[in-house]
Amino acid sequence: MPFARYRLKGRMLCRAAAIGVMLGLLTGCASQSPSILQPVSPKGRAEADLFGFILAITVFTFIVVEALLLYAIVRFRTRDPKAIPRQIHGNRALEFLWTAVTAIGMALIFILTWRTMTAISTPPADALPVKVIGYQWWWEFQYPTLGIVTANELVIPVGQPIRLILTSGDVIHSFWVPRLGGKTDAIPGRENQLWLQADVEGTYYGQCTELCGTSHANMRLRVHAVSREAFDRWVEAQRAPAVSPTDPLAQQGYQVFMSKACVGCHVIEGTPAQGRAGPNLTHMGSRTTIAAGLLENTPENMARWLDNPQAIKPGVRMPRLGLTPEEIEALVAYLASLK
Amino acid sequence: MTSPTVALPRAHAERGLLSWLTTVDHKRVGILYMLGAAFFALIGGLEAMLIRTQLAVPNSQVLVGDAYNQVLTMHGTTMVFLVVMPLLAGLGNYVIPLMIGARDMAYPRLNAFGVWMFMLGGIFLNLSFILGGAPDAGWFGYAPLTAKTFSRGTGIDFWIWGLQLLGISSITSSINFVTTILLLRAPGLTMNRLPLFAWTTLVTSFLILFAMPSISAALFLLFLDRHLGTHFFNPAAGGDPLLWQHLFWFFGHPEVYIMILPAMGIVSEVLPVFSRKPIFGYTAVAYSSVAIGFIGFTVWAHHMFAVGLPDVVNAFFSAGSLLVAVPTAVKVFNWISTIWGGTVRYRAPFLFAAAFVALFVIGGLGGLFLASVPVDWQLTDTYFVVAHFHYTLFGGSMFAIVAAIYYWFPKITGRFLDERLGRLHFALQFIGFNLAFFPMHLLGLMGMPRRVYTYAAGLGWESLNLLATVGAFILALSFVVFFANIARSLVAGERAPNDPWDGHTLEWLTPSPPPPYNFARIPVVQSRRPVWDTKYTGNPHPRPVVEVLSGNGNKGDHNGHMGDHEGDSEEEHIHLPAPSLWPLVLAAGLTVFALGLVTHWIFVPVGLFLFALGMARWVQQPLFSETHKTSS
Repeated sequence: MPFARYRLKGRMLCRAAAIGVMLGLLTGCASQSPSILQPVSPKGRAEADLFGFILAITVFTFIVVEALLLYAIVRFRTRDPKAIPRQIHGNRALEFLWTAVTAIGMALIFILTWRTMTAISTPPADALPVKVIGYQWWWEFQYPTLGIVTANELVIPVGQPIRLILTSGDVIHSFWVPRLGGKTDAIPGRENQLWLQADVEGTYYGQCTELCGTSHANMRLRVHAVSREAFDRWVEAQRAPAVSPTDPLAQQGYQVFMSKACVGCHVIEGTPAQGRAGPNLTHMGSRTTIAAGLLENTPENMARWLDNPQAIKPGVRMPRLGLTPEEIEALVAYLASLK
Repeated sequence: MTSPTVALPRAHAERGLLSWLTTVDHKRVGILYMLGAAFFALIGGLEAMLIRTQLAVPNSQVLVGDAYNQVLTMHGTTMVFLVVMPLLAGLGNYVIPLMIGARDMAYPRLNAFGVWMFMLGGIFLNLSFILGGAPDAGWFGYAPLTAKTFSRGTGIDFWIWGLQLLGISSITSSINFVTTILLLRAPGLTMNRLPLFAWTTLVTSFLILFAMPSISAALFLLFLDRHLGTHFFNPAAGGDPLLWQHLFWFFGHPEVYIMILPAMGIVSEVLPVFSRKPIFGYTAVAYSSVAIGFIGFTVWAHHMFAVGLPDVVNAFFSAGSLLVAVPTAVKVFNWISTIWGGTVRYRAPFLFAAAFVALFVIGGLGGLFLASVPVDWQLTDTYFVVAHFHYTLFGGSMFAIVAAIYYWFPKITGRFLDERLGRLHFALQFIGFNLAFFPMHLLGLMGMPRRVYTYAAGLGWESLNLLATVGAFILALSFVVFFANIARSLVAGERAPNDPWDGHTLEWLTPSPPPPYNFARIPVVQSRRPVWDTKYTGNPHPRPVVEVLSGNGNKGDHNGHMGDHEGDSEEEHIHLPAPSLWPLVLAAGLTVFALGLVTHWIFVPVGLFLFALGMARWVQQPLFSETHKTSS
């Protein structure tokens, strides 16, 4: 592990200070938030530790400076309009002292910044590569070594470093899952690297953090960190082509999908649907959310989405298709069957 | 002491709309800047209220998608270019010639051109709302979102040319400040005696001169990309979107110091006066501004830590960003030491200036997190950043500007702003500001990105967002009180004497409001606090200006003063530049030309004609008209 050598002196103390101050303020809120102070990755922890260190310095400075200011304002208030104080123009020694102290403080922050940055910026050699392509307004995830293409939900094995190769199909996006560590931009024409690793099983919330147009706010994502066995099962399922529907309603939905505009934009492996403008739907039924993490993947939400995507995600390239309620019902059944 | 004979000019067309449209008096130009900025502040403030209304609760539908992005972009652009910068330029225009004992700015007509360019540029930018949609790619306008492919309307084009027009205004105004401060100082007013507001305005003007060309070039390239098929920022054709970011932030970060340095200068004037002490460590305060100006050009890529720059590059910009904290901290300690041991009076200017120090410290400390690369990877583009820069630009710049308005209002209008309303205003602004913006630090830590028009319920962001919105409305209310105070005090405010605050600097020698020529005789300066030293240390008076004008405090009543000859047999003539309409015509020409580039081509020749007309007549018109001799 690249982190064996990474040790921040007093990191426990710093984290205690950070969490102490912040939890005092965030009581009741923090537990449900994708908070950077509750990291579940080595990188996120390193960043939270450094945050805690700087927080300790800034809280100390804040208290000292504001106390001095407040004391001066209160202590030296005078109501006598004629009172003239002693005229002091400066004090070289004092001025040298506070310049030096500030400079030392900044140097300290810089040294720890450098150490932390170099310790966490390079992905471990055994990291699993995943290509991330940002689009307005959804994410495509390709696992080149596993032959999997999926969207908006990144599934990773717990404890396994992942090397994300970030790029964009249109404008600049930024990939961020706060509890797994810092963000990196997905820039068209470039490939950036970001590595992450989840040490605890769970689903982690993330979203795009670079203004990318109308529905920037609606470009969300999830990372599911699962056990190695669950991941292997997932990989196996994802590599299979889409299941053929058996239920009559889902069969009807298949017909609708293949005869309407859907095929122009979506891939469902093993079917004639090979459009590449939108997310790959081969295993849509296995995802927990739809519309780039905006809605839970329930039949009701899917029906709302198919009826009028623009009402849910303004500006989205998927048009209102004018589907009848019957067609929608059939499509919902078909998509749900694509496990 | 005998008073000199002075030939006092008659002000040209002192009243009426025409006199304002043709004015070249730095004081009127300053007032125009501030009135224009106040108007745009209403628009920018309204935009802020719309944003906070939309974000008060999750999944709100008040302002969605493109509409939100337009309001967001215009709020940022407006507050930076149409409120903070022109307010500081306006205050500088009004006060600095008075502070340095000058009769006007070095280039009075260029000065008038600057203010008209600002107003018309601001109107131009806001016209986009009714002419097909405002710009919506953020005030930073990252490529390639601004490319024609992704922004088809004319909003981005309005943004490009609006900023170009405003850039022209800023550059002319900066040339004027640099020349004025370097060349028109009163005798004896050495650089080491220069008032600190003039120092910081000087540094800011240099920053504008070096930073503006970068964004002007970038905007021009963007326009070529959008309309002439070039690919400077288009990755598909070998261009580079990151080039935009470098060019933008090479301007954009110095821009932050452009907005804060004059505010620091204001505070360095106000705190000493209300503590009845000199500024503590004048040299350090003055030269730390210069240091901030230099270091300010080595920090721009700290906006780009997440774009994938190499570690060494990130480290360099991290170091620069931390280094700039040193001269900044020096100033803070000097301000506190200035108050320390003084005899402090709690008048409104002092309250706002002291609050500036308290809030700016929070903004500065917040910046340390963002200067540290790994922490910035987490916090950049979150609400933590929104909190941080509002603490520096609102808690900082705006609080200082409000302090300045309370401080110089008696000089400008001859009347005090009401003190009780001032305290109410202060309480509301201080409480509202902190309620609105402090919670945003926490929202950022809790993972809320900025620039999102909505957010999901259940992520723990609801209560803090609601709190921020409540704070924002209290903040808005504080400005209602402020405007009411200004309106009331203009009509019925307590009359102010020439030197209402027991001031230090030369502007307090002049009547309130000052006559068009400022000083009947140019004062000679012998210390950093010429007015204070005259009152309290028995130093010789800078010059008997007050005596010359005694009893003639009212505007328009300064003619016909008589005095004895002093030494010279020559009478002293005051030359005031003649009013001119041509700066306005020139600015209008450029604006109409820009309108032609964005909307219909027919405006292009019209604009060029106005531009040529304004230019030609400006050149032909002599700067000075006849001087009216009024001495006996």
